[in-house]
Amino acid sequence: MLISNTQEIPGKKIVEFYGVVSGSTVRAKHIGRDIMAGLKNVVGGELTGYTELLSEARGEAIRRMSYQAKETGANAIVNVRFATSSVAQGAAELFAYGTAVSVE
Amino acid sequence: MELISILVTPVILLGAWITGSILERQHLNSLLLLESGSTDVLAITVEDLPEDWHPESSDLVMGNVVISQDYFKRVAAGIKGVFGGNIGVFEPLLERARREALLRMKAEARARGHNTVINVRLETSRMASAASKGKGTAGVEILAFGTAITVDRG
Repeated sequence: MLISNTQEIPGKKIVEFYGVVSGSTVRAKHIGRDIMAGLKNVVGGELTGYTELLSEARGEAIRRMSYQAKETGANAIVNVRFATSSVAQGAAELFAYGTAVSVE
Repeated sequence: MELISILVTPVILLGAWITGSILERQHLNSLLLLESGSTDVLAITVEDLPEDWHPESSDLVMGNVVISQDYFKRVAAGIKGVFGGNIGVFEPLLERARREALLRMKAEARARGHNTVINVRLETSRMASAASKGKGTAGVEILAFGTAITVDRG
């Protein structure tokens, strides 16, 4: 599955559109990470636990989006966008969406 | 006992300020070092390629970082916020985070064997804190993403 955030896959030609595909996941940090991040919050700097959490979650959202695109028979997703929203305390929704297409 | 409770907050503030400043300086130094070594990957926000570029393969690449301000600077920003104006203490934080996210994105592009990232976008989102009923900030996430391509830039 070719994924790109540009209008088309660089160097390829779009032959068919299959519509919007999306994938999302809602993740919460486990309490250990939360406490560590809380402590790190006092001195500032990078909160590595959260960085990893969001990056894993975003990967999962992309996998779900790819799966959906594969179901429709597409071989690429173009114009991918991301959205993040805090749905509840300590939980974040990671959402990825794009247009499933066939390229050659 | 009363004296201790009066002293606790200033001590935490001072400790946070000193540690936070040291961490910030270390981070800025490491950014300078890494940026000087990442000139092999070109990142551009442009989507349309020059006609003589013929990309061979492409990949979606991302780099993210969650960063937070130290306690002292959050308090300082709170006080400054009363008077309004430029909240100077938050500017270096976001700048550091963006540079770091871009570096990570470039590193991923390099790891996948690409030399150019096109259509780079930067997104900022706030992570709500679980401890303070969603009002406080647990950190700010900066995400940099783009399409990595392999191209002979000549």
